Amino acid sequence: MAMQQSQIMDAPQSRVRRSRFPKLHIDWALFIALLLLAGVGLFVLYSAGDKSMELVSRQGMRVLIAFLVMIAIAQFSPYSIQFWSPMLFGLGLLLLFAVLLMGEIGKGAQRWLDLGFVTFQPSEIMKLAVPMMLAWYLADAPLPPSKGRLTIAALALIIPTLMVAKQPDLGTSLLIASSGVFVLILAGLSWRFMGTVLILIAASTPVVWNYLLHDYQRQRVLTFINPGIDPLGAGYHINQSTIAIGSGGLYGKGWLNGTQSHLDFLPERSTDFVFAVFSEEFGFLGILILLSLYAFIITRGLIIAMQAQSTFGRLIAGSITLTFFVYVFVNIGMVSGILPVVGVPLPLVSYGGTSIVTLMAGFGILMSIQTHRKLMAN
Amino acid sequence: MARSKRLTLKDHVRETLIFNQRVIIAAIVVMLMTAILITRLVYLQIVNVGHYSLLSENNRVNTLPIPPIRGLIYDRNGILLAQNLPSFTLELVPEHIDNLEQTLAELDKLINLTEQDIARFKKYRKRHKRRFEGVPLRFRLNDQEVARIAVNQYRLAGVEIDAQLTRHYPLGSLAAHAVGYVGRINEAEASRIDESDYSGTNHIGKIGIEKSYEDLLHGTVGFQRVETNAQGRILRVLERTLPIPGKNLYLNLDVKLQAIAEQGFSSKDSEYNTGALVAIDPRDGAVLALASLPTFDPNLFVNGIDTKTYAQLRDSPDRPLFNRALRGQYPPGSTVKPLIGLAGLEFGEVNSHQEIDCPGWYTLKNDPRRYRDWKKEGHSATDLTKAIVESCDVYFYDLSLALGIDNIYSYLSQFGLGELTGIDVEGEKAGLMPSPAWKRRARQLPWFPGETLITGIGQGFMLTTPLQLSSITATLSLRGGRMQPQMLYAVESPETTEFTTIPSTPVKQRPHAEENHWQTIINAMEQVVHGVHGTARRISRNLPFKIAGKTGTAQVFGIKQDEEYVEEDIKKKLRDHALFIGFAPVEDPQIAVAVIVENGGSGGAIAAPIARRVMDQYLLNTEN
Repeated sequence: MAMQQSQIMDAPQSRVRRSRFPKLHIDWALFIALLLLAGVGLFVLYSAGDKSMELVSRQGMRVLIAFLVMIAIAQFSPYSIQFWSPMLFGLGLLLLFAVLLMGEIGKGAQRWLDLGFVTFQPSEIMKLAVPMMLAWYLADAPLPPSKGRLTIAALALIIPTLMVAKQPDLGTSLLIASSGVFVLILAGLSWRFMGTVLILIAASTPVVWNYLLHDYQRQRVLTFINPGIDPLGAGYHINQSTIAIGSGGLYGKGWLNGTQSHLDFLPERSTDFVFAVFSEEFGFLGILILLSLYAFIITRGLIIAMQAQSTFGRLIAGSITLTFFVYVFVNIGMVSGILPVVGVPLPLVSYGGTSIVTLMAGFGILMSIQTHRKLMAN
Repeated sequence: MARSKRLTLKDHVRETLIFNQRVIIAAIVVMLMTAILITRLVYLQIVNVGHYSLLSENNRVNTLPIPPIRGLIYDRNGILLAQNLPSFTLELVPEHIDNLEQTLAELDKLINLTEQDIARFKKYRKRHKRRFEGVPLRFRLNDQEVARIAVNQYRLAGVEIDAQLTRHYPLGSLAAHAVGYVGRINEAEASRIDESDYSGTNHIGKIGIEKSYEDLLHGTVGFQRVETNAQGRILRVLERTLPIPGKNLYLNLDVKLQAIAEQGFSSKDSEYNTGALVAIDPRDGAVLALASLPTFDPNLFVNGIDTKTYAQLRDSPDRPLFNRALRGQYPPGSTVKPLIGLAGLEFGEVNSHQEIDCPGWYTLKNDPRRYRDWKKEGHSATDLTKAIVESCDVYFYDLSLALGIDNIYSYLSQFGLGELTGIDVEGEKAGLMPSPAWKRRARQLPWFPGETLITGIGQGFMLTTPLQLSSITATLSLRGGRMQPQMLYAVESPETTEFTTIPSTPVKQRPHAEENHWQTIINAMEQVVHGVHGTARRISRNLPFKIAGKTGTAQVFGIKQDEEYVEEDIKKKLRDHALFIGFAPVEDPQIAVAVIVENGGSGGAIAAPIARRVMDQYLLNTEN
């Protein structure tokens, strides 16, 4: 119903615009919400970075590039995006291998690939390439997928996830895994199957704990369960960030007035823990506004997914939107002390390069799906 | 490669249904999870905002103590006895030092670092976590060293000189026992004092006035609330409560008198260098001099005395650390005779004209033992005055026996013997005024009549401190008036310069005697000094005022029956202590002195001259 209504409402508008200009494929609702969010992010960053304009302008440049990437991607039709999906996946896999090899040589944790003029994390590509690959593969046959296709899809999901986890980057591998899982769930994975997998995961926890997790990862989980075990070491982050959030109260201490952040008590305050700075300075009311922005973006994304006209489109749109929520949930959850500390940034607010570009590229795909819809219908 | 696949309409509808159903479920899960986040944030920011605000405040705000400046100590004429001098500590700030070895080498060239300095520095460095805080390398830099470092400061990054105030006693060993000293707070003291009141303070009074008036001298600690960052560096001061400096104390002590007293022991003859002298103004109980010899340099103790020096002081046979004036308990010897005489008159056992015959010894019924007089041939016919002037022992044996120990005990106790004088400085001993009840209790033995006899000449169990002797002398001079000995004259507040003199405290318990009885005793004591046969007659030469006194010798060990006491034969440490008590001027008593010269032998020859020099200084203000 909703789908039909909006089609009728949108149709005359787009027709008018198409007649005068070459159509710019942008979903303005999403665009404005993202712009507002990025604006809030730069504002908080100014405070978190101790009023460093340099930091803000560098991040501003990244945001600008990310928005340009988003708009550029939105101009491609969902068909071509679908077409390039397996190639992107293959490239990502190759780069991950390269990183792992270099890590072997460098004898240490390796996430970055130095291309001479720029360094970037191939794992970021996989955040998009994995759900795209799965959506591409599953859209090729009637849904829900058969057991054979499911097995292949699961392999395409598990291999890159493990490779990223081995780097080691728990946060990113978690995001990659969830983006793939969302595709599978949206594709109609049977509840019974999901139940079985959950039980298997629960059963394999001891194995993962003992053999797959690094010491520091185990430490993080232990610290999460009881921050008191190491109040000056690993528990310090969580203690200080909960103090920052809690002391913000209803109205907050005011912009640039957060004592926790400005007196260096809060670690990682411009990157993963930026939410603590925001909460300390803007309080609960500020958080409600921030969460509303996120809620609006997620709602819009889910609507786009439901209105999408191809299987690939709805799977990838749904996955990107839900993964976006995972970012928000995991980040706020860890900063407020209800989840262990894993390196997940607060989308569009945390300071950081590659992740913001990946995020916006995802929204570019959403916009492409939404804005090319009527052409397809025609 | 997207291959085109024909899908039936039914498939398409079913797919859309499943997808939409899944999206709706996902949306519900998203809402539930968001609700969890919001619940958590409500818990943190609304429910527990107070708790976390407090934590955040504690995080950021540190309370640092500002130690108060310790009060100064002056004598009664305003001569400084204890002050605070800046002391310089050389510190290295790790944050600003690139090459530690090089910096140490540079400093070594300037001030010759010892291995001990470097070892201690490395130990402290491990303890210091904050890289911007100085780590001490050398304490108590002298002026030259400070200057040398200051001149080279420009090329010594991270080298700082920290100035602190350290207690200093400008007169050194003079009156060291009375003034006392401060030292580093030890564990026992730390558990006793109010921790917050002493935060930022390292020193506390250990003995003497420094200990007794610790409360006044210490002052009240101040605080500043400062904002610090996570590394603990102070960013700004939020609030400051200034410390209240300690009170300046003015003592009754007269340093010139004290110096004369101390010189009296050391200058004359190195043999007589141990003993004590206490001088009191009888009118108000002011302690004018409180000397215990030998003495020591209190400055050694302020920043921790080294073990070798301390062992020397502690193990010296002369026991310089022992405050004889307050804690030395000696038999009073013949100095107690005026009191016994007074008791005899009061109880009606004698009158001033009664004479006894002194053959040089005395015996009790049913007791073959001979109680000897110091004068072997005896004093022949002796009345009370002669007995005091010539210090006849036999007279007092007889009188004591007549009085009985109970009367002696009750009358002498009125003078405060066997009790603390209540002086306002810590550590005094009570001495001992023996009684049959005491002997039963302490020794589980009955009292023997012979013990009454020797109590009458100040021997046996009886023990007094020099302070007590000076106190009874003052009481004699006042004819029964008693004032509590007092060290503190006045308290000055350094901020307001408000000057409060301390009122003197009369003692309620006082000996009673009829006026003519006092007169008899005081006349006799005057004869001790001014009479031709007086035991202290040699100090009366060129004496422009009248002294009433009494000499005494206190036996260090007992002499067997029929044994001669020959001074020269006896090792110095076993020789009798020489005592003298006296007050002057007789008509208008202004100073009462008690002197004890350990192993001095003769009270008249050794102890009395020291007392006279002190009286000369006080009454004539001459440096004699």
